[in-house]
Amino acid sequence: MTCLPARTEKKLGLVIDLDTCVGCQACVTACKEWNTGGHMAPLTDIDPYGGHVDGVWFNRVHSYEHTTEMGGRTVNFPRSCLHCEQPACVTVCPTGASYKRASDGIVLVDEDKCIGCKLCSWACPYGAREFDTDVGVMKKCTLCVDRIYNDNLAAEDRVPACVAACPTSARHFGDLGDPASAISQLVTDRGGVDLMPELGYKPTNKYLPPRARSERAAKVDAPALQPIRAEGGFLGWIDRMLSN
Amino acid sequence: MHPAFSVVFFTTATGAGYGLLALLGVLGGLGFVHADFWLGLIGMVLALGLIAAGLLSSTGHLGRPERAWRAFSQWRSSWLSREGVASVATFIPAGLFGIGWVLLGRSGGWVAVAGLLAAAGAVVTVCTTGMIYASLKPIAQWHSRYTLPAYLIFAAMTGSVLANALLQGFRLGSTAVLTWALLATLAGWGWKLATWRYNDGLEIPTTTNTATGLAGGTVRSIEWPHTEENYLLKEMGFRIARKHGAKLRRITQALAFAVPAILLASVFFLPWPLRAIASVLAAGAQFAGMLVERWLFFAEAKHTVTLYYGRE
Repeated sequence: MTCLPARTEKKLGLVIDLDTCVGCQACVTACKEWNTGGHMAPLTDIDPYGGHVDGVWFNRVHSYEHTTEMGGRTVNFPRSCLHCEQPACVTVCPTGASYKRASDGIVLVDEDKCIGCKLCSWACPYGAREFDTDVGVMKKCTLCVDRIYNDNLAAEDRVPACVAACPTSARHFGDLGDPASAISQLVTDRGGVDLMPELGYKPTNKYLPPRARSERAAKVDAPALQPIRAEGGFLGWIDRMLSN
Repeated sequence: MHPAFSVVFFTTATGAGYGLLALLGVLGGLGFVHADFWLGLIGMVLALGLIAAGLLSSTGHLGRPERAWRAFSQWRSSWLSREGVASVATFIPAGLFGIGWVLLGRSGGWVAVAGLLAAAGAVVTVCTTGMIYASLKPIAQWHSRYTLPAYLIFAAMTGSVLANALLQGFRLGSTAVLTWALLATLAGWGWKLATWRYNDGLEIPTTTNTATGLAGGTVRSIEWPHTEENYLLKEMGFRIARKHGAKLRRITQALAFAVPAILLASVFFLPWPLRAIASVLAAGAQFAGMLVERWLFFAEAKHTVTLYYGRE
């Protein structure tokens, strides 16, 4: 059913710290490794050793240069499904393959019902959904439903693969619907933000902006180069002669 | 957005088919155009053929076309599902109207009811097609007040120009239909120009800043997550060179609007075999022009995901 639940019991999601993400791509490979054998398996690769590599990934890390009057900095930016409260990707689905779970708010695709019309990927402003040309159906992040409720795993491993893999703890998992949860506190303390809030999708996942630059930070800017005055004397005469 | 030919042909063909069906349903059902077996047969085969060919073409871009029947289930939330339901439902009154008007040679009574219901179904189906695009917030050029009227105007335009060609071909030309076709073509031209002007001046509030949550200053993409084009860039990162866009807009204006308008205006003054030829040429040129228009509708639409890839 592609109508959205009026409310969800939990709002499970991720909080991503843009201050500490180092862009190592560990979350990307951990995601691919787990999910190519998980709920949405396989995450097909097309021509993986050829000249036109393509394939399905749920998590992609971009790098940006953010320049303000305070100077410039590199920001590594992991991009994956935000499990929105108003996911248009679900409501546009003509077959009922896409759905948002009333229990925990996770947005999933039933691969057996998907006709591969791709409209959901057009409706997602964040580019979270990727089409599997080999299987002919749409695929997306499952928030590792097959890990977070998995009794066969040790309790500390019942988090999404990307969160478990992050070496700098830049990725956090929890219930963003519970204001008392550690992850909600983190969002409050650090001023977590929504992506493209103006579109009204109400993403569950939040991003923590990089911390303000410390005034103690060393000034690394090199002094500007001085304009070169024309050389006088004999060497200057030779330079002018050779330049002609 | 990537202009997939299956979808470009689908929306152009069904638009013309539903426009023609609506006009035949009203004019034939109410007896303004008297039943003539060959006129009716060719008209209905053309209208339903364009619709069927368009719908079949649209399944061409599905990953799993054998499951297409599932698309009739989610009409409560999905415009695509509503389009599927409306398009199939319209075949019922259209088929009854065809039997009554073409095979039995009748107008009025139940044939009129079937004809009017077919026309209503055609209008509803074109509306659902327009809303599929108009409801997509990530694509500002589509999520505008111009999109839905455009689909309706273009369906009325291509349908009436086809109807005029049909009637003129059977020496049954009507000044009212001819005038309507000419006015619809001019209205379509005006609407397309207004849409382009609106899109060219569009100030989109979504920027790389809001897409990344990095407030203030400038955000420049310095490295992609992948070295080759992925699904997102192939499907939604389509770009068209500005000079090609300008040239294609001129081709659209010439083929879809200017040439048909001149040909239709000349029909008022031409004797029979020539007026039929001019009317058919107008319909052919317009259909080709509308294929270019629909291709541009996709090619010039920019999806917000391109912001993540530094494509302003």
